[in-house]
Amino acid sequence: MSTLFEDRPVWAERPSLPARAAKNTSLAVIAAVIVFPLYVVVLTSLSPASAVNEAGGLVLVPQGVSFQAYADLFGGGVVTRAVLVSLGVTAVGTAVSLAATVLAAYGLSQPGSLWHRPLLFAILLTFLFAPGMIPLYLLVSEVGLIDSYWSLILPTAVNAFNLVVMRAFFMNLPQEIGDSARVDGASEWTILTRLVLPMSKGVTAVIALFYAVGYWNAFFNAVLYINDNAKWPLQLVLRQYVQQGQQLSSNSVIGDAVQGTASAPNLAIQMAIGVVALVPVTFVYPLVQKHFTKGVIIGAVKG
Amino acid sequence: MTERTMAPGGTPSPAPVSGRRGSRGRRSPVVPDHRGARTARRGQGPPFSARLRRDWQLLLMTLPAIGLLAVFHYTPTLGNIIAFQEYNPWDGVLGSPWVGLAQFERLFTDARFWSAVGNTLVIATVQLVFFFPIPIALAILLDSVMTPRLRLVLQSIVYMPHFFSWVLVVTLFQQILGGAGLFSQMLRRNGHAPLEIMTDPDAFLFVVTSQMIWKDAGWGTIIFLAALAAVNQNLYESAAVDGAGRWRRMWHITLPGLRPVIVLLLILKLGDILNVGFEQFYLQRDAFGSAVSEVLDTFIYHQTLVTGNYSAGAVAGLVKGVVGLVLIVLANKLAHKMGENGIYRRS
Repeated sequence: MSTLFEDRPVWAERPSLPARAAKNTSLAVIAAVIVFPLYVVVLTSLSPASAVNEAGGLVLVPQGVSFQAYADLFGGGVVTRAVLVSLGVTAVGTAVSLAATVLAAYGLSQPGSLWHRPLLFAILLTFLFAPGMIPLYLLVSEVGLIDSYWSLILPTAVNAFNLVVMRAFFMNLPQEIGDSARVDGASEWTILTRLVLPMSKGVTAVIALFYAVGYWNAFFNAVLYINDNAKWPLQLVLRQYVQQGQQLSSNSVIGDAVQGTASAPNLAIQMAIGVVALVPVTFVYPLVQKHFTKGVIIGAVKG
Repeated sequence: MTERTMAPGGTPSPAPVSGRRGSRGRRSPVVPDHRGARTARRGQGPPFSARLRRDWQLLLMTLPAIGLLAVFHYTPTLGNIIAFQEYNPWDGVLGSPWVGLAQFERLFTDARFWSAVGNTLVIATVQLVFFFPIPIALAILLDSVMTPRLRLVLQSIVYMPHFFSWVLVVTLFQQILGGAGLFSQMLRRNGHAPLEIMTDPDAFLFVVTSQMIWKDAGWGTIIFLAALAAVNQNLYESAAVDGAGRWRRMWHITLPGLRPVIVLLLILKLGDILNVGFEQFYLQRDAFGSAVSEVLDTFIYHQTLVTGNYSAGAVAGLVKGVVGLVLIVLANKLAHKMGENGIYRRS
């Protein structure tokens, strides 16, 4: 019986057959609309040249597997470098953001501490008013960060929303724990790292994911601040060579090692760039998915 | 007296002494200490030097975040004064000639500015009408899936596109629906003309709204799913026992349960109406043409970094920022009037 697998409460009647069919169909269609483009892109990137040529474009039916496109991409060309840039910016940026956010969230989470109200107000105020693209651009160039990777990190390092979510979580932890540690002479740093953070793994993971995804996906700040295309992150490469379809052969997109030898078709390489952009996100986020609701809701309710 | 921690070897005090904890603690609203809990409230607490000695570690911890915001948020906010100048990079922010409100005049007489304002408002309205209800419906649909594992899989799928960059989303749409994309390729093989919706200005609103729905409708269900989970299940049971059918239960229990969240999000959306997003429009401006796709943010960008006229971009940004601020404050007032929490509260 299907009731074995369902958590249907006893009082709820089972929907009629047409209703069930309609519901299941709409769910299947929604899932297909999301998954189908990803399927086509991944499949094309993995298809051998013969399959791409035969299809005259994107591949719908699998016909063998070839990793040639990925071998070309990671042969030391533009894409290899862009992936390294994006990975580096994401790793360093997430570390900086998370450190600044956790420290400030804890520093402002103790009721009645000195200046916590004006400081919190100064942080919340950033919700309400953005400085504007042009003054920010002028500042970044004024402090000499144009063409520096730090320009992709520092201007967006602290997100007030994430900070407030984190602070709300810390304030919901039992205060007595910190109090008794203080009586025993523990410093605030010890309380944060030994007591508070171990109790906050879920929310920390969610905030880290939000920051990491932000850095990995960041596109426009690189358009503004990075003129040297040797320093481009992956999203800019994706835009240049895939969305705008700039010819791959005219540039050293593929590694020198494989240039001139048999390489994968243009389209397969383009799709592989797309896959490289989406894969880290797709695989990391389900790991912290179970914490989403808690993190988001606490922020929404207590913000 | 006001020291929270005792020197090693000293007599440990039974409860934290000073005014910080206890008197204002959320968990323990009133825990009188020997001074009386309420005396600590208004400036009658421990003297400044003692509070500094007690809290300096906490202040030090907030320093990196405050410093970053001071440099990269507050300083450029002050930089908006170039909106009152004829800024040039050689003379800098302080040396450039002041021109009063001339930049504002130029902006308000610029037809392209008003076109960008119009496009922004149209896009925001279309979003509100066609995007906003979808996460609600989708949340109710997902909530009705009774098999926990299936539900988890479906949630994973619909959340996923939220984490894709706009570059990737636009690329995916082009590959499937574009003139050289999958469907066009099939049409062409069967002797039909390829699709043109990815470059047709008349299809622009449809395309960008579809992209928003594809990317974020699933993620938008989270807050509604949480609200649904908070609805008292006994209400459903007693309604069912009293003979209320599925649709009546949805109308009389589910939707009232969602009402506060819907009202809140609607109001916040109104306050945020000038922020329709940036990258999505920047990326597709060439394909659809600036007549339909230029929004305020892309206008500011092209105004400045193409022409080199920084003050012109700054003035448009300042106008947008100020109007946005007023809208948010009004939206919050409205939220408070309706008995909801806004994004901030009067505390």
